[in-house]
This record gives sequence, structure tokens and C-alpha cells, in this order.
Amino acid sequence: MSLFDKFRQKVTDAVSSTKDAVSGALGFDRLKEGLTKTRENLVNRLAGALLPGRKIDETLMTEIEEILLTADIGVRTTTAILTAVRSRVRKQGLESAEALYDLIKDEILTILQAGGDKETVNAEPPYVMMVVGVNGVGKTTSIGKLAHNFKNDGMHVIIGAADTFRAAANEQLEVWAQRADVDIIKQSQGADPAAVAYDTLQAALSRNADMVIIDTAGRLHNKTGLMAELEKISRVMKKLKPSAPDEVFLVLDATTGQNAIQQAKEFTKVAPVTGLILTKLDGTAKGGVVIAIANEFKIPVRYIGVGEKITDLQPFDPQAFTEALFEKNNPNQVTA
Amino acid sequence: MFENLQSKIESAIKRIRGQAKITEENIEEGLLEVRNALLDADVNLQVAKKFIEDIKQKAIGLDVKGNVTPGQLIVKIIYDELVTLMGSARSNITMSGQPPTIIMVAGLQGSGKTTFCGKLAKNLKKQGKQPLLVAGDIYRPAAIDQLKMLGEQITIPVFSQEGVNPVKLAEEAVAYAKRYARDVVIIDTAGRLSVDEEMMQEAENIKNAVKPHEILFVCDSMTGQDAVNTAKAFNDRLAFNGVVLTKMDGDTRGGAALSIKAVVNKPIKFISTGEKLDNLEPFYPDRIASRILGMGDVLTLVERAQQEFDEEDAKKLEDKIKKNEFDLNDFLEQLNQIKKMGSLRDLLGMLPGMDKALKNVQIDERAMGRVEAIILSMTKQERKHPKIINGSRRKRIAMGSGTSIQDVNRMIKQFEDMQKMMKQMTKGGGKMGALKGMMGGGGMMPPGRR
Repeated sequence: MSLFDKFRQKVTDAVSSTKDAVSGALGFDRLKEGLTKTRENLVNRLAGALLPGRKIDETLMTEIEEILLTADIGVRTTTAILTAVRSRVRKQGLESAEALYDLIKDEILTILQAGGDKETVNAEPPYVMMVVGVNGVGKTTSIGKLAHNFKNDGMHVIIGAADTFRAAANEQLEVWAQRADVDIIKQSQGADPAAVAYDTLQAALSRNADMVIIDTAGRLHNKTGLMAELEKISRVMKKLKPSAPDEVFLVLDATTGQNAIQQAKEFTKVAPVTGLILTKLDGTAKGGVVIAIANEFKIPVRYIGVGEKITDLQPFDPQAFTEALFEKNNPNQVTA
Repeated sequence: MFENLQSKIESAIKRIRGQAKITEENIEEGLLEVRNALLDADVNLQVAKKFIEDIKQKAIGLDVKGNVTPGQLIVKIIYDELVTLMGSARSNITMSGQPPTIIMVAGLQGSGKTTFCGKLAKNLKKQGKQPLLVAGDIYRPAAIDQLKMLGEQITIPVFSQEGVNPVKLAEEAVAYAKRYARDVVIIDTAGRLSVDEEMMQEAENIKNAVKPHEILFVCDSMTGQDAVNTAKAFNDRLAFNGVVLTKMDGDTRGGAALSIKAVVNKPIKFISTGEKLDNLEPFYPDRIASRILGMGDVLTLVERAQQEFDEEDAKKLEDKIKKNEFDLNDFLEQLNQIKKMGSLRDLLGMLPGMDKALKNVQIDERAMGRVEAIILSMTKQERKHPKIINGSRRKRIAMGSGTSIQDVNRMIKQFEDMQKMMKQMTKGGGKMGALKGMMGGGGMMPPGRR
């Protein structure tokens, strides 16, 4: 195994260490706990509608439609799910409402899996990640958590503070860098973000770092000037490493509604978004909009944030996520 | 803002427009589309259902009289319903008769509380108040620094203390305000989830400790179906007085604006429309309803103009125009004033029908900068007497401003057209005339280049 191959293997494991993190009993419980509200709102309401003995009819379908819409799944994706469910009901000649539960779960899993699995990382070191998103979704916090995870996997991580716009963004990221015990490259507020990114990458090259994570300023996706800035950051980094950024994460707030679709649309135009990070799933939000995004854009969800602790960012596994979402309440377990 | 919702409702209404009479059948499909448009705009499902039901009740069986088409009737009904849904009147912040007025700001993480605090402070300062900002978010890394930096930008003091819990901090801040005669205290608080019992209790404790005159709930306008639940949870605990909708400059369709009032029955007091500290607007339900339906919002536009142009300058300008002395110096001054009013897209969007017309047009905000550069590259003589600008001068100006000769030509041509237009307008005259002239500047820019 050459040095590069080793690096690739290491990075691949680190960015998609789904199995270890989630399949472990602890990880799954934490995920389940984080999704409590989502489950209560979506799944328990579904279970409430799909009572034993009830027959499948239009009233029931309308009820299901409303439950899915209330979970932020959106009109289009809800219609798609229902159409698929209806056709399977017809084909299999189903009559009992209870059967729909698994059908819906299946459809949602299929959609989430369509986003695709992460293939082997094929890049030379350092592995450059850029994190983008609108204001206030939790980019900086997610980066702190990512850096922590990677560092724990034995990676040498450098963070670039390219959010030079928001007051005190540097300081916030610095605190996270300290918590995660990783290096940070920054300039003063108002500096050119592309220059910061360039510096970071250069530092990473000279220090033989494994991973670079670039934070960027939050920007509303309809601000063309700011979106062009993202393009510039990528362009400038390519001077040092032609494949950079190797990965672009779009961070979405789980409380966001259908506007997230618009965000995904606009950000994919200016940066090759390779994955989504869904934050704040521990609130009452249902995060159903990721199902809509997976359905419409085929971008995989890569990480989800289920809490405020540094360890609360987990690799996303559609199977585990759907299981955790659809796991019926254990009567012995007290949910929050 | 709102353009998506607007165009969808419009297309749904168009189908009804051709009809001669409003019946259950011909309205059904259109209304289902309106409902889906509302849902896509993140209006709460229950609110959307009720909204549609109300419109149906009011529309069916209505007599269509005179020149009014059924479509127009429906638009009118939807407009009225939208206004009702969003709260009928504009509501302001209540100032306490006995200073200091204490304002507490609360909301979820990342909704824009800290930035809003800065904007509100600046806004109040403009009205002659002396606010004190309180850095009450002791949890998020660097939140205190962020508020301090904002305070520095607007020269407003920021109260903060290390190692003190937020309740105590709020109390100390109020005492400080009394001692140093600050008449408004704006308390920023940490973002919190409505399910986080401990943090919600803390917010309640802050409330009980300082008894704010005004509690504002800050809500990201891009929030989905959950917006109403969060608003309700915060209202149950804090009984807030009003709502602030942030990030309205995104292409959000503002469904939250429509739902929250309906569910918690608290007015929306401000909308935040940009990253600059000036970008805060009072919320006018009727104006927003007009914008949603593509009827424009000329009132806000006029108000913003009034804010930026002072009476005397306007009079001087009018005289100049009347005497035909309007030169490039004046033109430059007008440009700068328009710039102060906000982004071009924003301004144009307030004109009736423009929001839709502009939907796919890329407005180049830098075009104004180029015009400015061109004028600044001219000599004083040239600015006063644009007629003397010949070929070689044009070449020099283009070099100096980093533009092309074509750009310079176009700019001068537009200026001449504007002069001509002004001459005609002075016949109509009046203050509005002058104002219109200024606004004309917006449409005079060279077409956007990227």
C-alpha cells in the first residue's frame, strides 16, 4: 500500500465512519434521542392514523398527506410518496391501513438512499472541505464538531476562518478550534476570504496536514455577489491543489421549510455541493425537507446534528436514520 | 421577497379570471393551487386550510357587478384575508413612561437575535433614544464579542460581565442603565430550543427578574411548518409582545409571516431585510399583502425617500431643474442618495408589477459604482458643462474610470435624456415631480454587465 493509498483509506474511513459511530449501541440511542421530536411528530402521528382494523380510503390518504406536509416534506415530494404508495396498494391489493406504515417507511428510505453512498475518497492530501450555507444554520459549530471527529480519528486538521464578514466569527471559530485541539488560520475581519482559504491550504501543504476545513460567511443564496465570492474561493484554492475543494458541504437548518430546496438549488449552481449537513434536529423541527431535497437533487445527507455537544454531529446513515425515525415507542422507555 | 408566492397565487387566479361567475366548481381547482402555493411558501397547513376555506365562503355566490371580473373580486378577497391574517394594523414598540424601557430578545439558535439587537439599537438611536445593549448570550462562543463589535460600529455601549449568570447579568444591566441614564435596555439572550426545559426556565427567570416592557420573539422567516410550534412554545413561557421576522431579504416566501399571527395572535413588529445595520423595517400587514399580490409597495418607497432626502435639498434641486442647471454634480449627488435608500432590486421591487418583471433579471448593483467612477474621472469643468466632453476627453475619462468609451458615451447619453425628461416634468412640477426625477436615476443605469 503506497503512502497515498494509506491516506485515502484513512480519509475515507474518517469521512464515512458511519458504521462505528451509528451502529454502536450508544450512537444509535443518541440518534434516537435526538430524533425524539421528529418521531413524535411524524411517526407517532402516522401510527395514530394507521390503526389496526382501519381500511385504506380517501379520508385516510388525506390524513397521511397532511401528516407528511406538516413534517416539511413539501407538496411535490409528498405527492410523489403518495403516488408510489397508492400504486403499491393497488398492485398488492392491500386493504388494511396498518400495511401502509411499512410502505411509507420504505418509500422514505428509498428516497434517502437515492442520494447515494459516499464512494472512496480519491484525492491527494490534504483533503479540502469547504462548508457553505445561509446565515445562522450552524456552519461554524458544525465545523468545530467535524474537526473534533476527524482529530479523534487521528487526522491532522487545519481550519480556515474564511468568514471574514460577520462580527466575531473568527473568535467563535477559534474557540471551537481550541475545543477540538486543531490548528486555525485566520486574518482580520473584512479580509479577502479567498486569501484566507489560500493561506490555509498553503499552511496545510507545508505542515503536511491531512484535512482542511474552510468556513465561509453565511450568505443568502439570492445574493449574487456573495455567491460569486464562493466561486472565487474555490478558484483560488485550485492554484495550490487542482482538485480543491474535494468536498463541499451545504449546511441546512432542520427548522427550515421549503426554502431549503431553493437554497440547495442556488448553492449547487456556484459550488459542487457533495453533501448536506442537517443541523438542529434535536429541536421540534421535523427536518422533513431533507427527504424533499434527497428526492429532488439526489445529494446525500452526510452528517446530522442532534445536540449541542461537540460529539453530537453524526455521520448520516439512511437506514439507521429511518429506523430511528420509525421505531415505535417502547412502552418501557420514557421519552422526553 | 415573496416573489414565488406571488407568482403562484397569480397563476392560480388567472384561471378564475376568465370566468363570468364564481361557483364552487370553477374556484375549486384554483384554490387548491393557492393552497399548495401557500404550503410551498411554508405557511402552516392548518392556517392554509382555514385561509382557503374562508376565501371560498366569501367568494361563492358573490354577485359580479359592473366592471369587476370574478378574478378581481377574488384578488380583493385574498388581499383582505391576507391583511387580516397578518394582523390588521402596524404595531410599534411600547416605550415605558418611566425609563428605562426594557426590551428582551429571545428565539432559537441562529435566528438572528444578536444582529437584530444591533439593528434595533441603531434604529432607536436615530429616534433620539440612548440605548444600552446587553450581551446576555453567555453560551455561544464569541457571541459577546459579536455584540461588542456591533456596538462599536454604531457607538452604543454594550454591557457585559464575565462569569455571571444571565439572570444576574440582566439585573445588573438594568441597574447600570439607571445609573448612567440610558433610556432603553436591549437584552440579547442565548438561542434556545423550545424543548430545552432548563434554558426555557432561564428565559422565564430573566423575564421575572427584570420585568421587560417588551419581549420580542425573533423568528427566521425561512422556518418551515414548525415555526408556529416554536412561536407557541415561546409564547406559552414568555407571553411575548411581538415577533421579528429576520432574513426577509432571502427569497423566502415568508409563510411564517402568515402563520404566526394566526396561531399566537401576537403582532409582527419588524422585518429584517439585509446584512447592514440599517436594514430593519417596521411591518405593515397591508403593504406586505400588496407585495404578495404584486400590487407593489409605493408607500414604503416614498417613506424611504423622505427619510433620505431633506426638504431643503429637494427645494434647491427643484430650482436647479427649473433653471435647467442640473449638471453631473447634482446627478452624482442623487445617485449617492438613492444608494443610501437600499439596494436597487429592493427599491424597484416596491413598484407595482416590478417584482414579477424583475424575477429573472440580474440587477447589477455595481452599475451605480461605475457611473460614479465615470463622473469622478471628469474635471470640474466637464461636470458643470457636459457639452464640452469631446472624443479625446471621453477617452481620458474611460481610462481614468476603468470603463470603456462606450460606457462613457452611454452614461452621457442617459444623462442628456434625463435632463430632457426633467425639463418636461418641471411643467408638471411639484415636489413629487422632483422625487420622480430622482427615482428616474434608478432606471438610467447602463444595463448590467457581469
